[in-house]
Parts: sequence; C-alpha cells; structure tokens
Amino acid sequence: MSVAVLRFPGSLDHESAARAVTAAGGEARYVWHAEEELPAGTTAVLLPGGFSYGDHLRPGAIASRAPVMDAVRRHAAEGGLVLGICNGFQVLCEAGLLPGALRPNATLSFVCRQVELDVADPGTPFTRDLPARLSVPVKNHDGAWFGDPSDARVVLRYAGENVLGSVDAVAGVANREGNVMGLMPHPEEAVDPLLGSVDGLGIFAALARA
Amino acid sequence: MTRVVVTVMPKEGVLDPQGQAVRGALGRLGFGDVTDVRIGRRIELQLTGDDPEGQARRMCDELLANALIEDYSVAVEG
Repeated sequence: MSVAVLRFPGSLDHESAARAVTAAGGEARYVWHAEEELPAGTTAVLLPGGFSYGDHLRPGAIASRAPVMDAVRRHAAEGGLVLGICNGFQVLCEAGLLPGALRPNATLSFVCRQVELDVADPGTPFTRDLPARLSVPVKNHDGAWFGDPSDARVVLRYAGENVLGSVDAVAGVANREGNVMGLMPHPEEAVDPLLGSVDGLGIFAALARA
Repeated sequence: MTRVVVTVMPKEGVLDPQGQAVRGALGRLGFGDVTDVRIGRRIELQLTGDDPEGQARRMCDELLANALIEDYSVAVEG
C-alpha cells in the first residue's frame, strides 16, 4: 500500500511516478538516497527516471552504491516488490538486482517517442494486469539493454522497430523470482487518457496492491 | 603518493556506437585507413598507502568498471 519513491541527486520523474502510484490507488512517499532504512510500512519500492549523479561514470552506477540501496536489497530479498523505470532500471542493473546493463542507444541520440511494447512474460506481479500490447513513451539516451536474454527473465519487448538497439529488442526484465522489475519506457506517463494512453496503469496497480 | 592510471574499454562484441560514429566521421575526413574505432575512459588516481595496484583493481571491480560490458587495465606510474 505504501510505495517508497526513491530520490537521488538528479532524479527527475519522481513526481510523475508518485502521481501514477496515487492514480492506481496507492500511497507514495519520497525517500532520500542517503536514508539507510525504508519508512516503516513500506510495501513496495519505486526507482524513478532521471539522471542520477548526472549519469557520471555510467548511468546508475553511483546511485546504485547509495546508502538506501542496501535497504532496497533487503526489501527485495524478502520478496518485496521493486520497480525501476528508466534511470531506476539502470540503477537496479548496476546494483546487480537485475541482469544486464544499459548501453548508449544504437543511434547515439536521445530517443523521445511513443512506442509499442509486447508483454513477453505475464507471470510477474507487474505484468499480470497489462494488456498484451501497450503503448507508452520512451525518453532516454542510454537505453539499449545488453545481456544474455537466455539468462534473463525478459518481461517486455519493443514491438516492431527495436528503437534503441537492445539485444533481442528487450525493453524490460525481471529477476528470477519476478518481484524486481526494470524497464526503460515510462509507464508513469501512460496512466491518464489526457496522456494518450492508460496502458501503464496495471504496473502501478501491482505496486499499490503490494 | 602514487599515480595509477585505469583504462576502461567496452568489451569486444559490445556495440560501441560512439566509436562507430567517430569512425564514420574520420572516413568522411579522408582517413580511409581507419578500419575500427573504440572509445573508452581513462581514470587517473592519486593514491597513498600500500598496494596501489591492488587497491585500484578493487575499485574497478566495485565501481569503476562494469564487468559485463567493460574491460579494464591498471598501470602504476609511480
């Protein structure tokens, strides 16, 4: 019910992420990266998009070593839900909580556009309530997933054009247990008809239910 | 004080779009002999204490390089 929305220096999308949690019926609380514990009663963790630490070294690399991440690791190890969006996905990969790494887009450009995604694995809490194909935006420069798809639980793939140049068109992956998931596209920007799509709501419903 | 230079490079087989873009630009400038360009990162560390090379290697393993996509080398410059 209570979703901890992490904030690192350079996080940008925490407000839209928190709004999406609220729209799905949950309660969102911001948690600063220097905290060593999650607030009492935290049932799910959300790492939002942005450019933590200015993307220095590698996107997500420095944030993945922040004090709060030990608490996130404990939460995940206990089976708690953890969702990373865009920079949050990069942080989770750098933290070793998700397989793979995010590389610069094949086009070497910032890609900002609406994309279609296919749900490759509806068996996780996050993807259970999603339509088989969803329309959400991407906006990033380093979103090309690199890794071994046979060794990862791929949950989302780009339908049609592989816009960022990911291995196997991967848009999102989960851990083996399915309680930690990351994706480069932004479902929090697809939760209201005014945004052109409500296809992302199901992901936040999972967090709100936790 | 010891100076240690760490070089981090994208692994073979990992797409290096930056290197590809520079290779294309060099070709357009008439440098037709360039068959490949790969771009990495040089990190200069000033270290005190024993075993600067071992320290630098541990830093690479823990933060400076991502073993999935990057290789590193460490040179102690004294």
